[in-house]
Amino acid sequence: MIKLDHVSKTFGGGESEVAAVRDVTLDIAQGEIFGIIGYSGAGKSTLVRCINLLEKPTQGTVTVDGVELTALSEKELSRQRQKIGMIFQQFNLFMQRTCLGNICFPLELAGWDRERAKQRGMELLELVGLPDKAGAYPAQLSGGQKQRIAIARALASRPKVLLCDEATSALDPQATRSVLRLIQQINRETGITVVIITHEMAVVEEICSRVAILDQGTMVETGTVEEVFSNPKTDAGRRLVYPDGLPAEHAPSTNLVRIAFDGGSVYEPIIATLAAEVGVKVSILAADTRNIDDKAFGTMLLSLPQDPGEAAKAMAYLKDQKNLSVEEVADYHG
Amino acid sequence: MDKFLTQLGEIFQSSKYLELFLGDIWETTYSTVIATAVAFLLGTALAVLLVTGEKDGVRPLPAWFMRLLNIAINLLRSVPFLILMLFVLPLSKLLLGTTIGTAASIPPLIIAAAPFVARLVETSLREVDRGAIEAAQAMGCTPGQIVWKVMLPESRPALISSFTTALITILGYGAMAGAIGGGGLGKTAINYGYNKYNYAVMLVATVLIVILVQIAQSVGGIAAQKSDKRLR
Repeated sequence: MIKLDHVSKTFGGGESEVAAVRDVTLDIAQGEIFGIIGYSGAGKSTLVRCINLLEKPTQGTVTVDGVELTALSEKELSRQRQKIGMIFQQFNLFMQRTCLGNICFPLELAGWDRERAKQRGMELLELVGLPDKAGAYPAQLSGGQKQRIAIARALASRPKVLLCDEATSALDPQATRSVLRLIQQINRETGITVVIITHEMAVVEEICSRVAILDQGTMVETGTVEEVFSNPKTDAGRRLVYPDGLPAEHAPSTNLVRIAFDGGSVYEPIIATLAAEVGVKVSILAADTRNIDDKAFGTMLLSLPQDPGEAAKAMAYLKDQKNLSVEEVADYHG
Repeated sequence: MDKFLTQLGEIFQSSKYLELFLGDIWETTYSTVIATAVAFLLGTALAVLLVTGEKDGVRPLPAWFMRLLNIAINLLRSVPFLILMLFVLPLSKLLLGTTIGTAASIPPLIIAAAPFVARLVETSLREVDRGAIEAAQAMGCTPGQIVWKVMLPESRPALISSFTTALITILGYGAMAGAIGGGGLGKTAINYGYNKYNYAVMLVATVLIVILVQIAQSVGGIAAQKSDKRLR
């Protein structure tokens, strides 16, 4: 449904040139909820804007629903954009229009007649659970309600793709949940393809099927949420997935290993058996584990004994374990 | 002082003065309203160009054009109104056949006020949330639709305030125009009052101008507030 082919976007020129997106190739299937996660400044917002060409890629092509957007004229692009709904962190509602007026806006653009547009608007208000807010102005709504109206507006002209740019970042946890539920529900009912940009792991975990990690404009990892979150392969991935790792000043710089549980049904008492059977004591510097689909995922950061022999024994034991991967951490930055 | 009180008494007793002032109020009001309306349309058009035409605007225009536009507006704004009016009077002669009277002062008022209105409206348009404009672009708005359906409606309260400010400024300009052949309250204050040592007439005319300004400000303020849906 969405195909990005070697897309790059640079801002400025010459000396002050900044590459916001570097050579991203991505294929998002019809009906999936795809997450793009990364720290602020990673280029996520620029990348999502490259999908509907709010930002024109400096290189590469963008194809949505079989139409190569990067090849279109401004006028044709305007028409194609009606097939791509978008919601934003700050909702971006029209403050001087009523909720119904906001929702009917894209229909006005598409030239619907007033009555039909109004009817469609009421349907959408019903869908997002705010049928009584037709005549209310955005300023009278809570954040979660505003985002629901924004979703209704984005869906009005029956787009095939919904882009969500940090759509829940300005919301409290409860509103976040209910907005995510709504997006999931709409995805299931209409088969709309959803792209979610976020810096919050929890959002991706909650509703995405696949995820890409973006770091400094480059897509460093991509895969199913399970794959990527259980065992992030890159530094950027680990920092995102386990943001509460330990502060650098507490970590000795050597003899550190990170073990990752990748999907065993229970956590084996690894550390206790290591002490009992092998006779090596290790300390846990940090641990972050979570439960996805009833399987255990997570990592622990262990400090091995200074003695090289002891450390080697411990490594050997850990490497023997099933559902566990071990890697040395040369340089830990928290 | 005695003379002043006598003059003041005359004003309130004589129907001649009542007619004079009523006529002045009408002339000041209609010339101000017409000049403001036209200046506002012109100024808004210029402001739309200024905002949409800049490098990051929704419809960028050539840089040389934008520079020229900015220089022209700044130039017109920096010429003192009375001097500008003298420059523009030939235009009134051309359009209306005369340089004297209330109607003749309208074209110079428009030309003097339009650049000022352009800057006022420019500020109002810039206050429109960039996010709302971005959302409109994402929905497939053309630059024209963004101006008509987003920028102007979203800045409506600020536009009403700008209109009020423009109206009051033009009222002041109109009074000054009285010194060089314009009509209305300004002319009476200067010609009948100041020049003929009838300070009572000058005072009354001035008070009437102040009252008109107050009315415009109050009505405009209330209208701006009522139209703003962000404040509920």
